[in-house]
Amino acid sequence: MASPRSRVGLFVTCLADMFRPEVAFASVKLLEMAGFDVEVPERQTCCGQPAFNSGARHDSAAIARQTIEAFDGFEYVVGPSGSCIGMLHHYPELFAEGDPWHQRALDLKSRAFEITSFLAQHLDMDKLSSSFKGKVTYHDSCSGLRELGVKRQPRELLSKIPGVQICEMEESETCCGFGGTFCVKYPDISNRMVGNKSENIRATGADTLLAGDLGCLLNMAGKLKREGIDIQARHVVEILADMASTPAIGEAEKRS
Amino acid sequence: MQIKSPEFKQNARIALQDANLQRALGNLKAGFPQKRAAAVARLPEFDQLRDEARDLKNHILEHLDLYLEEFEKNVVANGGTVHWCRTAEDARKKILEICKDQDAKTVTKGKSMVTEEIDLNDYLEKNGVTPVETDLGEYILQLRKDHPSHIIAPAIHLNIEDVADAFHEHHKRPKSNDPAHLMREAREMLRKHFVAADVGITGANFLVAETGSTIICTNEGNGDLTQTLPKTHIVVSSIEKLVPTLEDMTLFLRLLARSATGQEFTVYNTLSSGPRRPGDQDGPENFHVVLVDNGRSDMVGSEFQEMLRCIRCSACMNHCPVYGAVGGHSYGWVYPGPMGSVLTPQMVGIENAGLLPNASTFCGKCEEVCPVRIPLPKLMRHWRDKEYEKHLSPTSVRSGLALWSFFATRPKLYRLFASVGNRFLRFKAGKKGRTSKLPLASAWTDHRDMPAPSGKTFMQQWKEQNR
Ligand code: SF4
Repeated sequence: MASPRSRVGLFVTCLADMFRPEVAFASVKLLEMAGFDVEVPERQTCCGQPAFNSGARHDSAAIARQTIEAFDGFEYVVGPSGSCIGMLHHYPELFAEGDPWHQRALDLKSRAFEITSFLAQHLDMDKLSSSFKGKVTYHDSCSGLRELGVKRQPRELLSKIPGVQICEMEESETCCGFGGTFCVKYPDISNRMVGNKSENIRATGADTLLAGDLGCLLNMAGKLKREGIDIQARHVVEILADMASTPAIGEAEKRS
Repeated sequence: MQIKSPEFKQNARIALQDANLQRALGNLKAGFPQKRAAAVARLPEFDQLRDEARDLKNHILEHLDLYLEEFEKNVVANGGTVHWCRTAEDARKKILEICKDQDAKTVTKGKSMVTEEIDLNDYLEKNGVTPVETDLGEYILQLRKDHPSHIIAPAIHLNIEDVADAFHEHHKRPKSNDPAHLMREAREMLRKHFVAADVGITGANFLVAETGSTIICTNEGNGDLTQTLPKTHIVVSSIEKLVPTLEDMTLFLRLLARSATGQEFTVYNTLSSGPRRPGDQDGPENFHVVLVDNGRSDMVGSEFQEMLRCIRCSACMNHCPVYGAVGGHSYGWVYPGPMGSVLTPQMVGIENAGLLPNASTFCGKCEEVCPVRIPLPKLMRHWRDKEYEKHLSPTSVRSGLALWSFFATRPKLYRLFASVGNRFLRFKAGKKGRTSKLPLASAWTDHRDMPAPSGKTFMQQWKEQNR
């Protein structure tokens, strides 16, 4: 469990900041429940992935330096996204060995964790209490799954909530087709991929879709809505923090 | 072969709407990945073998020159000849020259991707030598004047009806949709070619330095007839197929079959070690190995060196959701899927093939299944770096990124920008919580709704709460 009052810097992620503040609030709540002092450094913006994956290394390095400085001095850096935390883990690649920033990037990497894997390690799971009730299905977002090994952690946490029944979908580990800029650069292919995904989600009979990455969730929720499939999409921390009383992603009002 | 990679997007769009292709791709998706998974599950040390294979390949690539020399020395000692070809053109010419020396009219061919790479068939044909493909898939493609869409299952884009039509048209026999019947028919047709061919050309899965041997792994046995019956056997291989010893080769054979088809072992694994020796029952009189470089030695020592570990198992494409959606022809050149998205820019130029390394969500599935642990997403990203450095990425992308980076490196401005965007999206969505049309975002909203922000930005709310 946490040493007394260690400081965690919350990496909000640009998508949670912009689209779904609940996800960041839920993260704060859970981290505090685990006994940490949570701070939100002002100098953070985005992890830099759009630049990194488009070949703009100079820009990604500038963003990396800013993020490294913003999170200096925190014992841990935790974020509600496997993809953004995965990006923080890529920072050392942006600097040549011997460059002092390389060392600082390695140091940040060693302190940076995706939220569900961090909670699985540091939270006394019996403290979790959530009034949520429903059949959920879980999409394993690619970066979290393959770069950070996030698979059992969210399920373990969810299993502590009595009202949650998990119905696994077919191909839960297959990409939803978001891929950052991919979804707008190759809209037809992305559409096929998210179409397959929404079919697999629908087939479970679940009423709620959960995942640990907002990029994928916005993509899948947008597709489910467009296809008129009545399934609510939420970030997993909303359930874990008992904050699922707000409207789901892409919905205006809370349904009973 | 004409390079159609610049049309990747159009190719993909057409492929997505091609019902027959989609049916064929559905079979692939259900087949290979499941068989591989079952085979891997039966071999607990699979991952350990992958590590060994990666390390061994790295060692070989560090000493490629030494092993190539050893290989040549041993081929010559066995009575064969090695030809070094720097370019595709050199390789084509050399092969034609050998055929002409033999007065060859027809050559039979085993399945070989490197001969596709050097565009051998067209060249031979134009120069009066008729190539006959003997691998069933390749034979079908040759009849249809088509090209492989997959590196081990070349005709995977076809359905049985397409094969029946092609056979009916070319063989002038009654039409049948029965796979066993079609197979028999192809065998009958091929038999006379096997016997008549003056030269047999095969690829190689591996080259063994210590014995000067080459090996082909097939499931049809066609390669054996191709290389034992004619007077002359030409092996065409790229330089990175080298392994030091026979024992090393067995490590790769174990990984190859499981990763490719989920078999424990390929059905026919045939070694060739030079021409027929006195007392041998069969075998060719002449044995040539044509070693093709075609840009590979430039990859040694570059950021793309790891790609040379590839053993052409096809696992990366079998598991790729993009390949699975659009099929191999969309990629527009010889090698499709993730491995092709790294190799093609090397061989035809990033200015022609830039769309390929971009056509990935970086989901990482390819790297997860690659038996020699090639970090394919990282290598595709390296191509994107090069593209950006050379100012080849579209201007809209570049200026969009520049603008975005400008804000992202100025946190205060960024907050302002985010709150304006946030308000705009909420305004557009009205009371619905999402919007189905957004200016400049049709690539998104053509296919899915855009969820609206649920309230002010987190940073605004956090500040307001005075925390
Ligand atoms: S890149 Fe890896 S998975 Fe793909 S064909 Fe080569 S060896 Fe197989």
